Amino acid sequence: MSVRPYSPVMQGRNFSIASVLLPLGVAVLFLAAWHLAVKGSGRDIMPAPWQVVLGIGELQRNGLLVPYVTASLFRVSWGFIIAVLVGVPFGLLLGWFRPAFMAFNPFVQALRPISPIAWIPLAILWFGVKDIAPIFLIFLASVFPITVSVMAAVQNIQSVYVRAARNFGLSGLSLFRRVVFPAVLPQIITALRIALGIAWLVLVAAEMLAVTSGLGYLIHDARNAGKRYDLVVSGMVLIGAIGLILDLLVRRLEKFDEVRWGYGQR
Amino acid sequence: MGSAEPIITVRDCWMSFAGKQPGADIHVLERVNLDVREGEFVCLVGPSGCGKSTMLNIVGGFLRETRGEVRVEGAPVDGPDPGRIFVFQENGVFPWLTVEQNIGFGLLARAEAERAERVKHYTAMVGLTGFEKSYPRELSGGMRQRVEIARALAADARVLYMDEPFGALDFLTRLKMRADLIRIWQAEKKTILFVTHDIEEAVQLADRVLVMTKRPATIAEEVSVDLPRPRDLDSPGYLAARDRIFSIMGMDARGCGAA
Repeated sequence: MSVRPYSPVMQGRNFSIASVLLPLGVAVLFLAAWHLAVKGSGRDIMPAPWQVVLGIGELQRNGLLVPYVTASLFRVSWGFIIAVLVGVPFGLLLGWFRPAFMAFNPFVQALRPISPIAWIPLAILWFGVKDIAPIFLIFLASVFPITVSVMAAVQNIQSVYVRAARNFGLSGLSLFRRVVFPAVLPQIITALRIALGIAWLVLVAAEMLAVTSGLGYLIHDARNAGKRYDLVVSGMVLIGAIGLILDLLVRRLEKFDEVRWGYGQR
Repeated sequence: MGSAEPIITVRDCWMSFAGKQPGADIHVLERVNLDVREGEFVCLVGPSGCGKSTMLNIVGGFLRETRGEVRVEGAPVDGPDPGRIFVFQENGVFPWLTVEQNIGFGLLARAEAERAERVKHYTAMVGLTGFEKSYPRELSGGMRQRVEIARALAADARVLYMDEPFGALDFLTRLKMRADLIRIWQAEKKTILFVTHDIEEAVQLADRVLVMTKRPATIAEEVSVDLPRPRDLDSPGYLAARDRIFSIMGMDARGCGAA
């Protein structure tokens, strides 16, 4: 998931027919191109769109659909929630206290470019073959974007707010609670949105680890145990659809009055 | 107007900022002396970038002078003080709070009933009754500045430092804001130190106008504006004061001359 510019047509009251028709049109074009490409190839290894729908139906009949989706959501939720609980306070700390920034920033920046996939061997070594290992990987993938964005938000806070707050006698924790935190809340929500996308993104890699459920596992298993590419693509479609829903849910947070000021005038 | 005892005294104030190279410091203020008496409305005018804003930030406690003495209410300035509120040009109203929450921002230590009463009073005084639940993003620039002024008044600030507070507003709104500020100042008997580059604004507002020079700035001259309020902008006294300041700043009233 990438950071998309906010689309004006999706804005609350401006919700219009275009905001439904345009994405629907793109979806129809994509499905048509997919269908024609599969038919034109003359081979049947790649599933056509309707075969993927049938594949999802098969998962449902075999009683796998809901447990797999639940298992994946469970792991992503835990990894992401722990990343939020660690990343937000840590980012606030690094952004506000210069010595903390000097001490920890190089460390954070050095850990950040290491792909979560590179941690797989260590995750298995440390946590074995349970849910903990994928949760750990999802945590790792999302904690650094959260930390870095929150830190940057605090460092770029408009100085006029801090000065006004100091003028009214605020300092320390009350300054932080009443001014610094609300001033960076819009960017915190944006950071959470990006990080949730990344958490969901590393799911497939995370579920390569000795687990036997989940959408990531489905993709590996469907290929390894019978070259069922219709189920592989079913897993991909489910991941995409759930990712879209998660993003729409987080974006609802941007509508609250306490943070709407932070997203420009649209 | 007010007592003779100065509430703000600046003596031999110098201010330099470190330059890009060592030894290339930027001298902003040089030998500034000024007094503001209690209840007085004093404007600080000068060319853009001359350092008048820097001077106000020093008095307000946000910057420390390189040399000299700055005393407010009998003590050397050591940081900002809730009794002396700064009104920012770029608007320091908190966008995540409603109008009434902003105006009550400095009152959290007070009892609920008193807070509500003061918020109501000052909301009405700045003409924002009916907008209590609005957020700043829903207001015009002039209304946001009113919120900021009300926030300072509600907190019972004795002194207001205003840094070109109407600079970003359109002409008509500016005129209205000046009239309202005078009305509020007369009702509340605050001491106001007001920075502007707009000479007309200074003459319309101030008891005394302190004219600063180009950088490194000092006070070139002081012009008393001893005219009744509301001021007649065509009266000889008004025009004389205005032209006097124009000539101190090296131009005539039609904007000609050495700018």
